[in-house]
Amino acid sequence: MHPEDLKYATTHEWVRIEDDLATIGITDHAQSELGDIVYIELPQVGTTIHKGGVFGTLESIKTVSDLLAPVSGQIVEVNEELPETPERVNESPYSAGWMVIIKMDDPSESEDLMSADDYETFIQER
Amino acid sequence: MRTPLYDEHRRLGARMTSFAGWEMPVYYSGIADETLAVRSAAGIFDLSHMGELLVSGPAALDSIQYLTTNDASRLDIGQAQYSLMCSGNGGVLDDLIVYRLGKHSYMLVVNAANTDSDACWIMRNKVGETQLKDESRTTASIAVQGPAAAAILSSAVSFDIDSLGRFRVQCGDVRGIRCRIARTGYTGEDGFELYCSWTEAVALWRAIVEVGGRLGARPIGLGARDVLRLEAGYPLYGYELTNSITPVDARLLWVVQFDKGDFLGKQAILTARESGPQKLLIGLEAIGKCVPRHGYNVRAAEDEVGRVTSGTFSPTLGKAIAMAYVCPEYSQTGRELDVVIRGKPCKCRIVPTPFYRPLEAAHPGKPTRRRARSAS
Repeated sequence: MHPEDLKYATTHEWVRIEDDLATIGITDHAQSELGDIVYIELPQVGTTIHKGGVFGTLESIKTVSDLLAPVSGQIVEVNEELPETPERVNESPYSAGWMVIIKMDDPSESEDLMSADDYETFIQER
Repeated sequence: MRTPLYDEHRRLGARMTSFAGWEMPVYYSGIADETLAVRSAAGIFDLSHMGELLVSGPAALDSIQYLTTNDASRLDIGQAQYSLMCSGNGGVLDDLIVYRLGKHSYMLVVNAANTDSDACWIMRNKVGETQLKDESRTTASIAVQGPAAAAILSSAVSFDIDSLGRFRVQCGDVRGIRCRIARTGYTGEDGFELYCSWTEAVALWRAIVEVGGRLGARPIGLGARDVLRLEAGYPLYGYELTNSITPVDARLLWVVQFDKGDFLGKQAILTARESGPQKLLIGLEAIGKCVPRHGYNVRAAEDEVGRVTSGTFSPTLGKAIAMAYVCPEYSQTGRELDVVIRGKPCKCRIVPTPFYRPLEAAHPGKPTRRRARSAS
């Protein structure tokens, strides 16, 4: 259902961890709830971000939604093509729809993120 | 509350929401998808939540003339008009369609949220020998809107659909189900609104979905309905129209006929017209990649000049559009204004409404007859 190699935030961001680098996007559940994404605003490379802080926004037809950082650190890479092709978030939320890569200050912050199974339980209970 | 089509919507996989106390479909496949389907083929809408108020009797016309702003005496049997009900201070209580069904018989179709208060208002203010029957819970309504709507209906009705002109209504059978069939709608496209008994709604819906499906018609939720009406420049009660807004502010003087005689709100609306509006309804299109939405402030440089009433991204136009009330001094077409979105300015330009015109889309450059509007 949800990729097993990823971790998940309660705010529906997914995280792929490789050493101290965290790649972040939003889940299939989140993109489905939002509907067709029309605009996406992402931060600049070099921006410092704190866990729980807003690192961007998504506009769909009916709503605007904040992107919340699941971990703290510095933005080292941004998917620069995404603002031109926001539909990738809907079509490929776990691959082409990736948004930013954060170099984590404290990798242990990712430990309280959910596993794929826990995330599935989480969304079923809502 | 549930319309008779609730189970149909669930079966079709609709995402549901609560609207004016009714459980209604927001979307089935997606808002963008559904908006584009209506513009390119057709859409099928459940409108059973709306109110149908039957006004009849020898003084029915007198009552309607007193209660509404438009001139209902112009209506032949089988003709309809858009109209407003205003209170004594000129504030809009509802917008509605008045259908003349018979010599002394009219159907007023009103917004779902206002059905009960409208019925009370009519009871209190009707004149002479007039009866009011609230048929909202026994009348279901299904709309078919889009360029293929006439083709869809023509294969399902018992008469020549092309004989039914815009804003006309007649009784007929749709696949054997008795309906009032009106050529009215809220999308800016050609289309029809069908009124049948509550108990036959499921059969009518399934018939239309089957026939319509062959010509590309799809079920459409309230999400796309809101985008479509905004693209067409139509107001939505509770957003562009409230009881603190006059028809002058809302640029609806074209549905106010002062020379028809006395009516509720007449003096106040005349006064408002004389002194000029405090605020004026305008259309905005976003220049940047931002979406103005309901409640956001509108600024001209540092000055607060208004507020957005409705806004969305328009899949048809590929840009964000909105309606807003602004100070009249800032209401000129072409003027640039900022909509403040989470503290940041979203550059917009005032544009005429409707934002989308089907005839122009089909034949770019061909002159189209615009709705006549009174100067404010």
